[in-house]
Amino acid sequence: MYSKDGEKYYICDAHIALWDARPENQRNVHGKQFIDCFYDYHRNLSPESELWTYEEYLYQGGDRLMKDLFTDGYVDHAIFQPAYLGEFYERGFGQEEEAAALAQAHPDKLTYNHHFDPRNGEAGLDALRAAAEKYDLKGVKLYTAEWHGDSRGYKLSDPETYRYFEVCRELGIRNIHVHKGPTIRPLDRDAFDVADVDHAATDFTDLNFVVEHVGLPRLEDFCWIATQEPNVYGGLAVAMPFIHTRPRYFAQIIGELLYWIGEDRIFFSSDYALWTPKWLVESFVDFQIPEDMTEYAPLTTAQKKKILGLNAAKVYGLDVPAELQLPDADETTTGPRGADDVAERAQDTNALAGV
Amino acid sequence: MSIAPLERSAGRSPDQSTDQSTGRSAREDQAFRALDVVMDPELDEPVTDLGFVRSVDVAQTDAGVRVSVHLRLPTSFCSPNFAYLMASDAKDALTSLPWVDTVVVELDDHHDSDLINAGLAADAGYRGTFRHEAERDLDELRATFRRKAHTAAMERCLTDWLRADRDRAEADAGRVRLRDLPASDHTDSLLRRREALGLSLGADDLVLVDAEGRSYAEGEVPMALRRARSTRISVDGNAHFCRGLLRTRYEGSGADQTQRSDGAEPGDHHHLIPLTVKETHR
Repeated sequence: MYSKDGEKYYICDAHIALWDARPENQRNVHGKQFIDCFYDYHRNLSPESELWTYEEYLYQGGDRLMKDLFTDGYVDHAIFQPAYLGEFYERGFGQEEEAAALAQAHPDKLTYNHHFDPRNGEAGLDALRAAAEKYDLKGVKLYTAEWHGDSRGYKLSDPETYRYFEVCRELGIRNIHVHKGPTIRPLDRDAFDVADVDHAATDFTDLNFVVEHVGLPRLEDFCWIATQEPNVYGGLAVAMPFIHTRPRYFAQIIGELLYWIGEDRIFFSSDYALWTPKWLVESFVDFQIPEDMTEYAPLTTAQKKKILGLNAAKVYGLDVPAELQLPDADETTTGPRGADDVAERAQDTNALAGV
Repeated sequence: MSIAPLERSAGRSPDQSTDQSTGRSAREDQAFRALDVVMDPELDEPVTDLGFVRSVDVAQTDAGVRVSVHLRLPTSFCSPNFAYLMASDAKDALTSLPWVDTVVVELDDHHDSDLINAGLAADAGYRGTFRHEAERDLDELRATFRRKAHTAAMERCLTDWLRADRDRAEADAGRVRLRDLPASDHTDSLLRRREALGLSLGADDLVLVDAEGRSYAEGEVPMALRRARSTRISVDGNAHFCRGLLRTRYEGSGADQTQRSDGAEPGDHHHLIPLTVKETHR
């Protein structure tokens, strides 16, 4: 819980990891390239006071995670979204057993989501069933650019993936978090294309599709799909830290999301350990759309409360203390919903200017 | 091994006079400028402005004059199709120089460096390089990003137009014609993007059109403008993020980048703790 200026905020960090990228776990040069890429993101977007050393960055462990999120970071509940990356790391990148054990020790604070890869066929379906029973899964994280033998990616709209979604449905795994990366066959198309999310969301209306880093670098394609599909959500992993170095860009991202998909379908994430939640939560509560960006309505406290935790809490069925709740939000609908707010703001601005 | 920007092999260049500011000989400079036509399709900017050209070297060999160019990108996992496209365009641009006999273009520190560099050396082409991962050529991908570049340029012009007079409403943007736009960099840029798509440049032409030149019905105008805006935000956001990541990854590379005003923010050049250069030169 975070409180500021008499307001209290329930915080759900909807995308965290417990990774191990130390050299002994790197399977090849790509393991090093992958964590180096993350570390450059960290160095490029963090405030100087929040920079970690490269060694700290390679591996944190459970104690450090608990401190960064819950002791220092105001987080009430966090959700593991592991990336497997078995072609890059000997024991995988996200540490399944360590993370799941931590979640079992702190069920009020942590949820463990698992992962699957549709290219694993029947054996993968059996493994998913076993994991669902073992961990009582509510969600999975999919990395569509995962390498797998000769293949360097798959689509949510592939028939094999649909078989896995059908099993998710049977097992009560409702939340499908999707991360888009660069390499997907065939390479002739835009590798960040989110069109497959559109197909899957249309065909599986009882599943929620959370597109991580709100489809960046293709924000516009994500917004266009998400505005039409009521079961598509936007996760702010990687988008959040722009609040520090590039606040105007961040304002536009939030402004576009509120316009196209509305305040009920956006999830806060620190993307720990890429960044820590403390400074992101503090910055977001203080954040406001710059006044010269008249195309966007100002952010309200209620919107911030929803984004920081109430939206994810609703989807994951988390217990939110009564004093941190808001009156029940409207049901999600389709189509852009920012137009009225902007018109109101334009009128307000005119009124202020004496027009 | 640490790398100075635009290193060259001293003493082997056929042209000994060097430019003090760039450290390049006249021919190396010609080779560098020849790369101005090589664009990052997504960011819609030349690789020479983005700092993606790591080194240019011109040497006299037994087989004649050889130009060697190393390219670098903001991350190891930048999209391999874009990486290939830029590297092969660079090879084509250098090969067309009349005094050049052999061209070596290599992409450094990328997850597909070995694959792409081997493909370039063998002139294997895109499909020959990526084999089962490629179905068609990259023409459609290039076309997609030409359309996005036009959309972003159009939105910049119309947002300038809206901001110039607060009485103007989004719905009016559908009636703005090319002659209504002031002389500006944004207008010039829009005209170039229209030309690239084969759209006409008449003074009476509407500004808000799709990639085929079709205008929008009155009720569709605000939505079309909004969609164009989200495209522009993506392009500008990516351009600055990629530039920033390159500066983070390669110390000193900021000196090889030109300023980009669209989407610029004060924090773009924030201080970074100096760090040992992780990347090694292949």
